[in-house]
Amino acid sequence: MELYRSHVLLCAGTGCVASGCHAVSDAFEAELKAVGLEKEVKVVHTGCFGLCALGPIMIIYPEGSFYAQVKAEDCKEIVDEHLLKGRIVSRLLYHETVCEEEGLKSLSETGFYKKQTRVALRNCGVIDPEVIDEYIGFDGYAALGKALTEMTPSEVIDVIKASGLRGRGGAGFPTGLKWEFAAKAEGDQKYVCCNADEGDPGAFMDRSILEGDPHAVIEAMSIAAYAIGANQGYVYVRAEYPIAVHRLQIAIDQAKEYGLLGTNIFETGFDFDLEIRLGAGAFVCGEETALLMSIEGNRGEPRSRPPFPAVKGLFGKPTVLNNVETLANIPQIMLKGADWFSSMGTEKSKGTKVFALGGNVTNVGLVEIPMGITLREIVEEIGGGVPNGKKFKAAQTGGPSGGCIPAEHFDVPIDYENLAAVGSMMGSGGLIVMDEDNCMVDMAKFFLDFTVEESCGKCSPCRIGTKRLYEILEKITSGNGELEDLEKMEMLSNHISLSSLCALGQTASNPVKSMYRYFKDEYKAHVIDKTCPAGVCKDLLKYVVVPEKCIGCTVCAKVCPANCISGAVKQVHEINQSECIKCGVCMEKCKFDAIIKQ
Amino acid sequence: MKSLAELAAIKDRMKQNATMREDGDNATRIVVGMATCGIAAGARGIINAVTTELAKRDLEHVTVAQTGCIGMCRLEPIMDVIVPGQEKVTYVHLTPEKVAKIISDHVVNGNVVAEYTIGAYENE
Repeated sequence: MELYRSHVLLCAGTGCVASGCHAVSDAFEAELKAVGLEKEVKVVHTGCFGLCALGPIMIIYPEGSFYAQVKAEDCKEIVDEHLLKGRIVSRLLYHETVCEEEGLKSLSETGFYKKQTRVALRNCGVIDPEVIDEYIGFDGYAALGKALTEMTPSEVIDVIKASGLRGRGGAGFPTGLKWEFAAKAEGDQKYVCCNADEGDPGAFMDRSILEGDPHAVIEAMSIAAYAIGANQGYVYVRAEYPIAVHRLQIAIDQAKEYGLLGTNIFETGFDFDLEIRLGAGAFVCGEETALLMSIEGNRGEPRSRPPFPAVKGLFGKPTVLNNVETLANIPQIMLKGADWFSSMGTEKSKGTKVFALGGNVTNVGLVEIPMGITLREIVEEIGGGVPNGKKFKAAQTGGPSGGCIPAEHFDVPIDYENLAAVGSMMGSGGLIVMDEDNCMVDMAKFFLDFTVEESCGKCSPCRIGTKRLYEILEKITSGNGELEDLEKMEMLSNHISLSSLCALGQTASNPVKSMYRYFKDEYKAHVIDKTCPAGVCKDLLKYVVVPEKCIGCTVCAKVCPANCISGAVKQVHEINQSECIKCGVCMEKCKFDAIIKQ
Repeated sequence: MKSLAELAAIKDRMKQNATMREDGDNATRIVVGMATCGIAAGARGIINAVTTELAKRDLEHVTVAQTGCIGMCRLEPIMDVIVPGQEKVTYVHLTPEKVAKIISDHVVNGNVVAEYTIGAYENE
């Protein structure tokens, strides 16, 4: 192999692609050629580093310089200064890595990375996901080799059981137990499937793993297949993830070429083949029975359980269905042992969890934390806090199926049990931070709007119930709510949870229930006082001029799209409330803070 | 590929990647002065000689970095060899042949090549 003196890692995950990493990459390679460094410096396109807010991201080793928000124009400077002359371009460094006394600070010392432990994401942002040799160079396929040549299937299952790994898709069912059920189930044919139908708004953990480390998922599925006695697998991934699908297909082709998928793997007589199935992006297809239906070629609708897929799954055969993140942990557990994995986390929740951090937080991105650290640590230390000096109000975990965690539970250690106890859930790992400017009635309406759209319609509690619940919320936010609507809302929420067929309906009212539980006053303010304390619900607020502050500059009158502000020059202006469309432009443009929301 | 041995061979071939992207300080660092003075004196040939030599010997846990002007432009090309836990050794007036000897004697076998060091030069 050629030896390169420097490796330039450039993130090519969806986040950085969106912020323009391809243009940066092209410019960078052109600059390298221009100065004749292309044989000395290796450019590697990796998966997600996690700090998506600062993309495109570039790390140059051996120095470990972390450049953020790199533009194509910056490439010449980086090549000329850093790579040719060895002078780090400090103006482009991620500011957290610059420390005055010691110069460059290691990335693992920054607030964003310090408390993280990367297990499922270990190779994301480190290897080139389109080159199988890179994965192998970082212990890739060694776990499969170990399982096939040194262990029996039941020993593999014992290791996974002992590790305490639980499903990362949201429900948290013990993975080893699931494998054991499928292994014990009778069947001439068994299947291993991967659920990559990540549908929660704001969640992108599974996408990032498939983009950054697709071979880990393939290796883990092969291990699962060996453990339960399957020879065929499917990855069900949504077509809206084109980069993930592309890289996964490359990875499957490479694994087949190397004989790591196919027949007689490692000369042990074990056969396993893998195919991708594209989903059309229906949220319900993330539910396991609906997903299997969809792979079979039917309409993606759930069925009642039991029988569970481990007994009667794909094409009626015993099937193991695991989430992407769950699988990404498996090779490491096989290599490092169950004790290593179970040494991380809390009593009942072992290992780490990946969260997609979004909403009103400084470091929007992907983080992996050991179970048991608190929400406060995630938001304030890793996430860098709420921007613009606003106050933390609540965090939504579990997306439209989960609930909110208010500031009073800011110090709750994150694990499956604790989140359930405060009325939320782990979910697949979306974590949306809300500040004081978010209205909790409006947020509940937002999530419910999503489930109303995504309900498959098979059972009436979900199809009709969520729609009626949505209408109640609409009535409240428009200022027509009555006290009895709140009672109705609570009752209907419970009915939907209790009587829906699948998890989509059973959890659909969770945001409403938990937000009402913690923010009753806010709901009551909408109903009784007809005001929206956060100033979000348009029908309940009005823009007014503060006479003492208005100097009559006429800016507001000029920008008003509805022409409803009147007043002469140097005279106090007035807003005609019946004409006002509440767009807020006047307040934004007023230089004297003379217009306020009420 | 059909055997574990072949897998291990690929891993071996790729191990430099793992060393390079480690976030640790346990590697020997070779730092070459690459400011204008260094480049003019031939530092580019020196850094190439270093990487070629390392690749030839298949050395792990050695990283090659570059730095700016050390201040002694008349002694360029200059290179530091920093073995963890030991004092930094600075070599001056380098040629590719000297680099080969430094890698084999100092980096591999731990014997500083005294005659090429800055100390030897200053005593002349």
